[in-house]
Amino acid sequence: MSMVTTLFVITLVAAGLLGSVYSVTKEPIRLAELKKKNDAIKVVVPGFDNEPSQEVQRLFMDGDSIYLYTARQGGKILGTAVETFTNLGFGGLIKLMVGFAPDGTIIDIAVLKHSETPGLGNKMEKGKSDFSLQFMGKNPENFKLAVKKDRGDVDAITASTITSRAYCDAVARAYRAFKESQNAE
Amino acid sequence: MQWHALTELLRKVKMPNDMNQWKNFSKGLLKENAVFVLILGMCPTLGVTTSAVNGLGMGLATTFVLVMSNMVVSMVKNMIPDKVRIPAFIVIIAAFVTVVELVMRGYSPALFDALGIFIPLIVVNCVVLGRAEAFASKNTVLSSVLDGAGIGLGFTMALTILGTVRELLGSGAFFGMKLISGDGLLLFILPPGAFLALGYLIVLANMIKEKTN
Repeated sequence: MSMVTTLFVITLVAAGLLGSVYSVTKEPIRLAELKKKNDAIKVVVPGFDNEPSQEVQRLFMDGDSIYLYTARQGGKILGTAVETFTNLGFGGLIKLMVGFAPDGTIIDIAVLKHSETPGLGNKMEKGKSDFSLQFMGKNPENFKLAVKKDRGDVDAITASTITSRAYCDAVARAYRAFKESQNAE
Repeated sequence: MQWHALTELLRKVKMPNDMNQWKNFSKGLLKENAVFVLILGMCPTLGVTTSAVNGLGMGLATTFVLVMSNMVVSMVKNMIPDKVRIPAFIVIIAAFVTVVELVMRGYSPALFDALGIFIPLIVVNCVVLGRAEAFASKNTVLSSVLDGAGIGLGFTMALTILGTVRELLGSGAFFGMKLISGDGLLLFILPPGAFLALGYLIVLANMIKEKTN
């Protein structure tokens, strides 16, 4: 067999294999990603009885999109979960889900995606340190979203100022998006 | 002298086949351990072993790719012209890596998030291509599968041990269970700690190897 035919056959078989695996795993991957998103919304705006992932609004901000999910209970707005991002992390992109009550108070924050250093920056995750707890119940209106080094109100994670700054940046962006969507209404 | 060489040869010929096969498998565990002895596949070794679970997950994913790629390469070895064997091997390896990636994303998203970029990078892990080129392209299917499984499990073992050491020293935990409160020696979680821990483990592995010889 010539070189070309051999390589052609091999790539063809490989493509066929990948196609079939893809079609099998497509649905589980979609469900796993949806579940992750829904779990995060559940954490940051608990108690809703609608499908927030169906009530989604998309905003463009700083070169990427921000998604706002409306959580309702019995038709009344319970809060908004904002999927936000920052590129300032020590390992680049960080994605957070921030829950706002209708008056703008932060209910809770969940980390969706990050590549921060384990043992240092990943302390922004809930349960790894108390860092994320200080945002709960605060309203960015009178709580400056910046670390104390930058004259803000946030206690940074020890030895992880870059991550703490990025976290604040993402939350501040979420708040801007939240305000923007409220003004548009 | 000649007589001795002849008996030696006879002994080799008469050596039962399954004994050889056992060797194909077991050599990868310590004698030719990819990490501790051959010092191959350093990128995932140093990169993902911040915790024992990550090391184990990465090792098992690599083992699967190794066994499958070794099997397929040994099956098609006679059909592939020499000049295109490397691209052909890479396509085969990349196909299995993508299978692992898709399955992991669908059924174990947490592990996929933890291993991240290192999963697609299994394609260029020199352990995998090394076994395809040095072993599977010259041996039978059974031998190649055993070789892949042995090297893969040796790799998994090394990564898990390294991950355990770094996790114990760096965050005071064992497989995610906190043993001491507070921080450990953060150095061991950071990249320099990976080199330090690996260096001492290689020393240890060499000592064990010399003792067993």
